[in-house]
Amino acid sequence: MTEAAAFYILTGTVLGAALVVVLSRNIVHAAVSLIPVLLGVAGYYVLLGAEFVAAIQILIYAGAITVLILFVILLTEGATGLRVRQRNEQVPLGIIGSGALVFLLITLLTRAPWPPAATPLPTYNPGAVGQSFLTAYVLAFEVTSLVIVACLVGAIVIARREE
Amino acid sequence: MIGLAHYLVASALLFAIGLFGVLTRRNAVAILMGIELMLNAANVNFVAFTKYVSPELVRGHVAALVIITLAACEAAVGLALVISAYRHLETVHVDEINLMRW
Amino acid sequence: MVEVVRIVLSVLLVFTFAAVGVGLFLVLMERKISAWVQARIGPRHVGPYGTLQTLADLLKMLQKEHILPAGADRVMFELSPIVVAVAALMSYVVLPWGPGLIVRDLGVGVLYFAAVLSLEVIGILTGGWASNNKYALLGGLRSAAQMVSYELPLGFSILTVATVVGTLSTVRIVESQPYPWHTYPSVIVAGAVFLVAATAESNRIPFDLPEAESELVAGYFSEYSPLRFALFQLGEYGSLFATSALFVTMFLGGWRGPFELPVVGSVLSGIFWFLLKTYAVVFFFMWVRWTYPRFRIDQLLNVSWKILLPVSLANLLLAGLLVAWGG
Repeated sequence: MTEAAAFYILTGTVLGAALVVVLSRNIVHAAVSLIPVLLGVAGYYVLLGAEFVAAIQILIYAGAITVLILFVILLTEGATGLRVRQRNEQVPLGIIGSGALVFLLITLLTRAPWPPAATPLPTYNPGAVGQSFLTAYVLAFEVTSLVIVACLVGAIVIARREE
Repeated sequence: MIGLAHYLVASALLFAIGLFGVLTRRNAVAILMGIELMLNAANVNFVAFTKYVSPELVRGHVAALVIITLAACEAAVGLALVISAYRHLETVHVDEINLMRW
Repeated sequence: MVEVVRIVLSVLLVFTFAAVGVGLFLVLMERKISAWVQARIGPRHVGPYGTLQTLADLLKMLQKEHILPAGADRVMFELSPIVVAVAALMSYVVLPWGPGLIVRDLGVGVLYFAAVLSLEVIGILTGGWASNNKYALLGGLRSAAQMVSYELPLGFSILTVATVVGTLSTVRIVESQPYPWHTYPSVIVAGAVFLVAATAESNRIPFDLPEAESELVAGYFSEYSPLRFALFQLGEYGSLFATSALFVTMFLGGWRGPFELPVVGSVLSGIFWFLLKTYAVVFFFMWVRWTYPRFRIDQLLNVSWKILLPVSLANLLLAGLLVAWGG
């Protein structure tokens, strides 16, 4: 009962804030409205028993990526571009396209017979995730770290001032 | 009470909203924000499937963590590109960046 | 249901303590310590030894006019101090005040703490931008850059302790410490890094260029009328107390003390030792503040990226190797 209430409150927050992100005319409001979306999704993870992923989501997504987005908005045209038209001419096609996609996804996903889980989720998440990363998915782990280094160097090189 | 279908519907809606944002916004940073919404929706799917379908090896959590990391990297590089484009072309609206169009 | 009631009551208790014992008391403590360092007395007229000074200041602030600067973004101007204060207060959930006294023993306790502290940056950034004031914006950008840079060494030192202890839960971290505190070399280095990074995260001297009073007026909160300013201060002092409490939990033995107080029992004795140690660490932070000059912004960022980050990374690697092969 409390789980249902929590789920519906979180869904309301997530979808409402997501609509503000894509529909707002003020780009800074859109960026700040991304935060309730990310925190709501972290709430979903907690409801699904994934506390470690929830903490990482808050730490990285809400704490770092949002700050990065806000920085770039403030450094490009944050205070000056607020009266400019923010939507292009493809709005009707966009509505039709996303509407068709969501209809397709919901019909397919709710009709497919998913097999129920055989074992319960482990209670101490970080331990289980750590084991997975270092035994079965060690390749993904190492490749991800290489990607991080490449992106770090690449972002610095691209955004650097040439003097 | 709250089953797998609830999470799948919620994530599908979030994905569609993100897609709408990517398709209809002019500001490059706003397009990146729509991409983040889509990645979050996919993550919710992964984690929901871990709990309800296959929790051994917590595969969905591993996938969600890798996706969060890659999303951070891609946001960093994308935003660096936006800053660089703004410095050279004086605009961040993607329909005005048409130097290479024939 | 009982669990929910317990959590709500403990949250109310913790927040009341945060408002009084932290918000009111720490401001007074700061003023008295600065007075002691500067060889004067500090507030002494209001209440015995000036203890009611902050309350008087609060009453004065409540009756001041709330000004919204022209051209400022109304919604975000109002929301920013609330975001800063709430993010600071949310981190009190995982602090162990005594044996068995914690609002909620999360499985990912210290990680949750680091995650919630990183939300403060957003409030500072939007507060600086929403004031429609060049200096506030500059202060907000600098403060955000500084806090984001110092989150990394902070996170790595937390991870080092978690590696050595083997768990992320704050209660287990306190219980598994040898008496009186860790003597593992990696943990001591991690403690030093944590202290420096926590000073920078709370925007205190020697890292307080973003709110340097002599340079940027008051930094990102120049345009805020006193009540909102009080909320920002609550957020800052609240996060100072919370990081001191985390330092005590991870490095100084938490609520355990050398002897149990004779009359009051183990629970109150645990609270006493915890508060004593935390206020001692807060005293150390304040003492440092009034002794040292401040860093320039490029020196500040240099210290974080070129000194603290490699040291904490190497320390984490060393701790991992020692745990895996030393036992």
